[in-house]
Amino acid sequence: MTSIQDYVAVTGENVIDRLRQLARPLRGTKVVHVNSTYVGGGVAEILSKLVPLQKDLGLDARWEVIRGEEAFFQVTKSFHNALQGVPVQLWDGVFKVYEETGAQNSEELRSTLEEADIVIIHDPQPLPLLRSCPNRKGKWIWRCHIDLSHPYRPVWQYLRKYVMEYDASIFSLADFAQPLPHIQYLMPPSIDPLSEKNMDLTPEQVQATKLQFGLDPARLIMLQVSRFDRFKDPLGVIKSYRLVKSFAPSLQLVLAGGEATDDPEGAAVLAEVRNEVGGDKDIHVLLLPPDAHVTINALQRGADLVVQKSLKEGFGLTVTEALWKGKPVIGGDAGGIRLQIVNHHTGFLVKTPEGAALRARYLLRHPDKALEMGRIAKELVRQNFLLTRNLQEYLSILVALIYGDQERIELQLKAAP
Amino acid sequence: MTANANDEPFSVKDCALVTIATGKKAQNLKEMRDHLLTIHLGSVYHHFWGGLLRPRFDEPEYNNDFAEWVHYALQDNILAERLSVIDPDRFVSLDSLRQKLLEVIEQRLDEIETVVWAKPEMQFHFLRSQMVVFDTHGKIEEPEELVEAVPKMSVGSIFYHFIDARRRSPQMMDDFRTWLRSFGDDELCSQVAAIDPYFGSLVELRKQLADLFAKYFSRGETG
Repeated sequence: MTSIQDYVAVTGENVIDRLRQLARPLRGTKVVHVNSTYVGGGVAEILSKLVPLQKDLGLDARWEVIRGEEAFFQVTKSFHNALQGVPVQLWDGVFKVYEETGAQNSEELRSTLEEADIVIIHDPQPLPLLRSCPNRKGKWIWRCHIDLSHPYRPVWQYLRKYVMEYDASIFSLADFAQPLPHIQYLMPPSIDPLSEKNMDLTPEQVQATKLQFGLDPARLIMLQVSRFDRFKDPLGVIKSYRLVKSFAPSLQLVLAGGEATDDPEGAAVLAEVRNEVGGDKDIHVLLLPPDAHVTINALQRGADLVVQKSLKEGFGLTVTEALWKGKPVIGGDAGGIRLQIVNHHTGFLVKTPEGAALRARYLLRHPDKALEMGRIAKELVRQNFLLTRNLQEYLSILVALIYGDQERIELQLKAAP
Repeated sequence: MTANANDEPFSVKDCALVTIATGKKAQNLKEMRDHLLTIHLGSVYHHFWGGLLRPRFDEPEYNNDFAEWVHYALQDNILAERLSVIDPDRFVSLDSLRQKLLEVIEQRLDEIETVVWAKPEMQFHFLRSQMVVFDTHGKIEEPEELVEAVPKMSVGSIFYHFIDARRRSPQMMDDFRTWLRSFGDDELCSQVAAIDPYFGSLVELRKQLADLFAKYFSRGETG
């Protein structure tokens, strides 16, 4: 299991020292995280790292998962889509399934949750738990990992009634915050530098991955890692590649994404992509399983050009991952990509396939500049988007909620509660 | 050097900031003016000083978030320039800083014929921050020790002692000067006062302070 000390090699001793100092007044604080799955998905991935690190810093942290029948998860999946702006069809009994599952879970979790100093509910699935804990003694936080900038109103109006009863919310970006009667913290997502997707790899591992997927390691590689989704503009990436290829004939394009079997729209986009690829043997469309972390890591490290030409984007963790590997990224001028790409410093923001092609040619023509931008890119992630920064913000928020809501909380001046 | 009258060491503290959404947004200049009338003063502070804690790669075009937004989202460079010269260090309170902002914006509203709208994704989000201050347990007993101590301070410590201190001190003074004054070293205090806190990053400020202390105390040794 990873310990906080393991991160010293990545962040330096000072960052870890600060975490220890910040955690000191929280020693023994009972913190319970609740979500809906132990495996799969970004939230489970974050919690699997975060909870052990909080424990390592002296917090009495634990992670609970709610259980439900298939019908419940159909409901919550539809809520998830609705909160991200999809106008879903609601069927009879949808709210009843949601509320009853919440009540059933509360029977098992009530004593743990009521005793906790802090309860952090992740995403909408476990939201109703609060109402089933009338004797709760701690503060309850709703951590929303979803792009809530344009929610489908009927579903948000229903869920908001639950959210309003919480003591605080945490959103990833200011764009996602909603009018609510409590304090709303902002906390961008982060990547774990020690995970399989981001750990260091040897040149041999990178080379082996290229060969595994039929790429010529001696030739240039342009890469986009993303789902097959129209908002990720894979057809625009192909257009950019073709524009660059006329100047760099050795260029190969890799579009790497997950299997789309359970997503009808994903399958349609994949078909469009394959149609556009036609007989071009230098375009490699890779369908990877959800646990292909090391493969993605190797592809990102082995790429000469990394593109994330999204038309809409929540945050864009694939951008963060590539920046961490010292790659300047050519990204769509959208959402959270703007927080990560600083033009001419960590990459380029573009609006069109033509813009992406222009910047790609620039980076190929100026390898020294690309190298320098990559160095800055890695520093940007080190300072702002690593798990350790996420941990620091969680600790600060816990301190703020426990010790008072004033603008400046001087820990030394206040006695522990 | 005279003895420290308070006989208290300089206690090195550090701080961590968390950002808070106020829920208020502006898409044009009138909306910005209307929100500014009532916005939490912490938001005015955040948008003038918070930039110091964000990553910077070159000199910012404008020195506060209001001017930046007016430039990038409304493309009103006249107003951006007027807003960017407002130096928050010269105002005795955040409320007087707010009044100055309002005055400049209202003057511009009188001058322009049409109100320009920002794109929906370019709205100005009024944010504020909450600061958690913790003790590093570092203590500085004598001013000469600043030469060694300052380069080792985190940027959070520099922010707390050099920037945030101005809001805590009735004389709007940084912690270094407040402490050094008790040793009666007016010359060193005036040199620290000459460092402009508003232009440059926290890393640059730390270097300026470190260089100043190193130069000042080495002069004493050689002289």
